[in-house]
Amino acid sequence: MVEHALVERVAPAARRRSHPVARFFRRHPLGAAGLFLIFVLLGLALLAPWIAPYDPVANDFGAMFRPPSFRHWSGTDAYGRDVLSRVIFGARTALVIGFGASLIGATLGAVVGVVSAYFGGKTDLLVQRLVDVMLSFPIIIVALAIVSIIGTGTDKLIVAIALSFVPRVERVVRGSALGVRAMTYIEAAQVIGAGSWRIIFRHMAPNVVAPYLVMLTASLGQAILLEASLSFLGLGVSEPTAAWGLMLRGAAVDFATRAPWMAIFPGLAITLTVLAVNVLGDSLRDALDPRLRT
Amino acid sequence: MHSSDVGVPRARRLALALVAVLVVLALTQVEGTAQAPRHGGTLVYISTAQPPSLDGHRETTFAMLHPVKPHYSYLVKFDTQNYPKVVGDLAESWTASKDGLVYTFKIRSGVKFHDGSTLTSKDIKATFDRIILPKGDVVSARQAMYQSVKTVEAPNPQTVVFRLKYATPGFVEKLASPFNFVYKAEILERDPHWYERNVMGTGPFRFVEYVRGSHWVGRRFEDYWERGKPYLDGYRVLFIASRSSMLAAIKSGQALTEFRGVSPAELADIVRALGEKVAVGTAAWQCNNTVAINTKKKPFDDVRVRRALTLAVDRWGGSQALSEIAFVKPVGAMMRPGGQYAMPEAELTKLAGYGRDIAQSRQQARALLREAGVPENFSFTLKNRDISMPYEAVGVYLVDQWRQIGLNVRHEQVEAGRYFADQRAGNYDLVVDFACDFIDDPDVQLLKFLSADVSPVNYGGYVDRQLDALYVRQSRTADKAQRARFVHEFERRALSEQAYGFYVLWWQRIIPYWKTLRGYNTTTNHYVEPDLAVYWLAE
Repeated sequence: MVEHALVERVAPAARRRSHPVARFFRRHPLGAAGLFLIFVLLGLALLAPWIAPYDPVANDFGAMFRPPSFRHWSGTDAYGRDVLSRVIFGARTALVIGFGASLIGATLGAVVGVVSAYFGGKTDLLVQRLVDVMLSFPIIIVALAIVSIIGTGTDKLIVAIALSFVPRVERVVRGSALGVRAMTYIEAAQVIGAGSWRIIFRHMAPNVVAPYLVMLTASLGQAILLEASLSFLGLGVSEPTAAWGLMLRGAAVDFATRAPWMAIFPGLAITLTVLAVNVLGDSLRDALDPRLRT
Repeated sequence: MHSSDVGVPRARRLALALVAVLVVLALTQVEGTAQAPRHGGTLVYISTAQPPSLDGHRETTFAMLHPVKPHYSYLVKFDTQNYPKVVGDLAESWTASKDGLVYTFKIRSGVKFHDGSTLTSKDIKATFDRIILPKGDVVSARQAMYQSVKTVEAPNPQTVVFRLKYATPGFVEKLASPFNFVYKAEILERDPHWYERNVMGTGPFRFVEYVRGSHWVGRRFEDYWERGKPYLDGYRVLFIASRSSMLAAIKSGQALTEFRGVSPAELADIVRALGEKVAVGTAAWQCNNTVAINTKKKPFDDVRVRRALTLAVDRWGGSQALSEIAFVKPVGAMMRPGGQYAMPEAELTKLAGYGRDIAQSRQQARALLREAGVPENFSFTLKNRDISMPYEAVGVYLVDQWRQIGLNVRHEQVEAGRYFADQRAGNYDLVVDFACDFIDDPDVQLLKFLSADVSPVNYGGYVDRQLDALYVRQSRTADKAQRARFVHEFERRALSEQAYGFYVLWWQRIIPYWKTLRGYNTTTNHYVEPDLAVYWLAE
């Protein structure tokens, strides 16, 4: 009887405290929409071979510059390739490079930031001056410089974009890590003889996850945009790979008046993706920032 | 629908409209050239690529010629106003012996180098010695073209004598190669590689500045040997790789032209923007895209695989389709279609990959690959230049053609410096190459297919003495019909029987330029141009 009464008393309270994800969706509808779009994009990327109506790289010279129609919903390009299929497959390139670069760049930046904050002194001074130098260049210039040294291709593009993110993430994460470093539990861990790396990864890193996640989502949008920019400049992936930035250059520019759909659909895909990632990032920042919690 | 529209494809109507525009523009061009040349002004033009090095003897690309050639003179050169006529440049006159074995050139006196020193026959001998018999690690791309030369002599300061091993037709034309910059003997003696990184000649313009990725500047050479020339005060080359930026620069008047060429669609864009202000030069183009195959790598050392690769390419279909988006069109073998040595179509269609029935060719290709043990979805890399017109279109096209016989091709586009370095080092599987030349002469066009130990521009790495022998035979044959037969035999062996490499499509040349540029005449190649000594700017 007593147990039943307890359950009855607790149950209404548990119902009131909704799941954190549901709470996030309720409080941040824009972020939820962004997340939904990203899932759609992931679905497109994963299921591309099954849902794309045509082979994205197959030339069809009998169907060059076809406007949007029931047969080709987004028209065809200068080689008669189906634009919709290329946009769908382009999601793969964008996500592989976007996720790959932002994950590597943000993680590397976070590690350097926490290590720099923990050791302080000359290590911190040296790392911060190096970061200052890298931050003095616009992100695309850093990426361009790296690409010109290591070359082009998907793997190299991921490395170039990731490295260009490191200083920005490092600076933000280091700021939070400095606060964590001053906590007494870090001092306590040192006193009981815990090693530096154990303290860094066991006690400090988990406490800078919030800024790390925010920078990760912010980097994702930027990475997709950078991939598109570098491909547009001819320094990204090579034709005939389906990639949104690549679809915006070359024939799309030369034939902009004759076949505007060649640029409109990949342009739309880039805009929607970056918008989705950015609103999700903003919402995540609001949700994870204790100062903004009510 | 109007009755006139019935049955006329859109592409054909566009082509007809383009032809009409070209005719009108050509007429206005003729009208604009009848004035006396005017001195002054700086000509600004575009180059879509950076020079890999500054050495004419070493390089094979317009990317070096277009900014660098105005600084140099030649022994003899092509008269761009009456191409392919050859005229003396540093040579005041020349004579050939009756047996065609001795050519004697009288050198102009008082010709100054840009450093103030005087040119003598010693400089010309040193130049041609470097081209014909390069020493050590010096690369001379066209060395094999001068196999007939026994010696170059300079008996006195104003005379140069070429002694040949055998008489060869068109010898003086070959000497007039626009790559044969005359260098200073003293500098070559000191450092044979000096000219790869520096400029110093006797040409109409002195070197002022080169900012990589941005621009190249030349200033009028006051002591140029031809009094009254050049007409221009100077020139500036803008390096713009992007086609859209290049078009924007021409349309805005930032640059007056680009001396390589544009596609029909790009021309239409420029004409739409500039209308009457622009003139257009058109010509057949002594240029094409080829594919070099690295025969030292497996499975490309197998002739069956190489034949399968060329059999898969639908040249006739590609010609129709690609000509809409790029400046490629004519289908041909090694000699320019329409030229005197071109292979007749009946003979051409018998070569591997030139048949009209592409389905049958691809069936053959698949069978050959199976026979050679190449698995379905076999992967390799096609290296290409990062120049979009027409390399990218040709690369995309080839990738698609090979996919249709079950090959999986990765297309890698790299900048000029790396592209040429990788080719020379054999660091590639297959590479989109080019065979552009300054004259229709088999000695020049067949050069790339001679054995690798004879021709430095054979990037395939093979040795074929039968081809070398055929080359010498055609080179020694004065009778044109007989020479053509030897040339076609050479083509059959290199392109079809052994398939060491192959031709994709030939190019067609279209040069739009502001009418303020005068004295310009479009030739069949972009190597003898620009001829800045004779160009001038109208007010």
